[in-house]
Amino acid sequence: MGYTLNFAAVWRSFDLLLEGLALSLALAFAAILIGAVIGLFTAFCLISKHGLARRPAGIYVTIIRNTPILVLVLFTYFALPQLGFRLGKIESFVFTLALYSGAYLAEVFRAGLLSIPAGLREAGLAIGLTEMQIRTSIIAPLMFRNVLPSLSSTIISLFKDTSLAAAIAVPELTFEARKINVETFRVIETWIVASCLYVVTCSILAALMRAVERRLSLPR
Amino acid sequence: MDIAHFLEILWLARIPILKGLGMTISISLLAICVGTVLGVFVGLALTYGARPLRWIVRIYTDFIRGTPVLVLVLASYYVLGTIGLDLNPFQAGILALAVFCSSHVGEIVRGALQSIPRGQTEAAKAIGLTFPQTFAYVLGPQALRQVLPAWVNTAAEMVKASTLLSIIGVAELLLRTQEIISRSFLSLEFYFFAGFLYFIINYAIERFGRYVERKTAVPS
Amino acid sequence: MTGNLLEIRDLHKSYGDVEVLKGVDCTMVQGDVISIIGSSGSGKTTMLRCINMLEEFQGGSIRIDGQEIGYETVGGQRRRKSEKEIARQRALTGMAFQQFNLFPHMSAARNVMLGLMKVKKLSKEEARSIAEKWLDRVGLRARADHFPGQLSGGQQQRVAIARAIAMNPKLMLFDEVTSALDPELVNEVLQVIKTLAQEGMSMLLVTHEMRFAYEVSNRVIFMNQGRIGEEGNPREMFHKPRTERLSEFLKTSSFN
Repeated sequence: MGYTLNFAAVWRSFDLLLEGLALSLALAFAAILIGAVIGLFTAFCLISKHGLARRPAGIYVTIIRNTPILVLVLFTYFALPQLGFRLGKIESFVFTLALYSGAYLAEVFRAGLLSIPAGLREAGLAIGLTEMQIRTSIIAPLMFRNVLPSLSSTIISLFKDTSLAAAIAVPELTFEARKINVETFRVIETWIVASCLYVVTCSILAALMRAVERRLSLPR
Repeated sequence: MDIAHFLEILWLARIPILKGLGMTISISLLAICVGTVLGVFVGLALTYGARPLRWIVRIYTDFIRGTPVLVLVLASYYVLGTIGLDLNPFQAGILALAVFCSSHVGEIVRGALQSIPRGQTEAAKAIGLTFPQTFAYVLGPQALRQVLPAWVNTAAEMVKASTLLSIIGVAELLLRTQEIISRSFLSLEFYFFAGFLYFIINYAIERFGRYVERKTAVPS
Repeated sequence: MTGNLLEIRDLHKSYGDVEVLKGVDCTMVQGDVISIIGSSGSGKTTMLRCINMLEEFQGGSIRIDGQEIGYETVGGQRRRKSEKEIARQRALTGMAFQQFNLFPHMSAARNVMLGLMKVKKLSKEEARSIAEKWLDRVGLRARADHFPGQLSGGQQQRVAIARAIAMNPKLMLFDEVTSALDPELVNEVLQVIKTLAQEGMSMLLVTHEMRFAYEVSNRVIFMNQGRIGEEGNPREMFHKPRTERLSEFLKTSSFN
């Protein structure tokens, strides 16, 4: 093959990769935080008795889940300015990923809400709590515990989706890796290091989520 | 937005769009077929493999699942050429998607097989079935019911992931769309149109998945 | 305005086309302990749930201490009261459920404190001391910081009763509170209820425990197909049933 592995060039640019990773994490964090708010609200709409709340929420989730995220990213960044909605690269990507997360998290939360026995709501009503108080102090905390395992995999998958920001030249990890690849021609080394960074970050995220799960698990 | 103008350009661009659509469908189908065959082996190895094999396959799936698909696509495109495998972008892309698909299918197969109660194998042994017979008549059919709905979802994931091949220059639907936009400047209209086509394909797959889920449910 | 604690007039309730309550009347005064018995599907649980507005009802009225529960008539139109008003009215009654329905993510004490803090707006310290007082009364002072998952069914049900009573309701509603319990745990819960009854708490119990109904209540209501089949003091009801239906029911139930 005539190719000898030499990581020196990649190590020299390692800082760049780490900066990229930091930006990836920041993008994921911002988008998921906004997405969680959208998702929680949407989930309550999805289980609502009122069609006026349920139907729009269902349409939103269906459209987002059935459209490739790359199309959404490009649409927001390149097409929406035509309608006067102009955002910077990073803002545009966070906006898209937040909307995208919202739909996926809504499904996660919806499943969690459905798993809560109706009796708990009635017990709340019986001591005179309002529907809103029941949601905030009983249903949401229980739902959150229930969904932690699937929340974990959704969060990891959303983190990986930040790689798509490379398509609109946001200097996150994938973008930096591609740049180093082109500049140094250390092709194999670059991609090994870049994917290892992703894999390790995903494992750390998974471990963190498991720690949260253990921390919040109810004594029995 | 000028609808008539858009429709005129759309008509002029009908051939590239159809070609792109055909390309998207071929990419998805090829990736799903290759990925599924690989994935079934991965799933069987994860469940029934000897320890060293199980270890290797576990590392393979964890690594693939921890890496963004876009990184797989880029790595496959750049790396394979470097090590002397002369693949064109189309082949490199298919390979990346198939590998991605195999790790998903592998996990689905493993999950389904492991969810079958141990008593089933014991009962099969008790009536004198060999392991291949047990698998063919008892475990396989039960696992298949669980695998099918999730597998249809993976198919939709593949259609969405096929858009990433546009980044390495495979002329599938999204790249064709971008080419049309670069000549016509109708980014809003054409991104919307492409998104709509993807939505239709994925929505159809999703409905089909629901149908399969109903059909494969064990009557109870 | 009467001096009645609870006054139910011609209560009608349907699920779709199925009428489950076909005109129920019932009154009780302060200190009454009334057991409602009857076969499943006779409407006894539904009646209890209407009093707490966990079920809507289509006709008739329920008054507690003279206040009309759940609905008001404005310009000849019957309409549901505001959610806020209904929440306030629900606090007039306390309810214990068959499935306990403790909040699994809160300790026993926090379960009791929640309503005191969110509905009665008491401070955390006040709520805590009331919670401890009531947990003590149901014999679970030592378990105040245990979570529901760490308690037996009987203990959970006692916490649930403490949670309801701590709100200082005028009337306690017990909905088959021992039906989900293992037989050996039934007594500890019944004992708690009995003590409360002896202290003068007004209560309405839906129960399958005929012996218990006989011992604690001063009146028994026999529900039959959405109506009150027979009512009276337990001695007469159990020993000299006037209707065929009741004597049939008593034969198949475990009262002996």
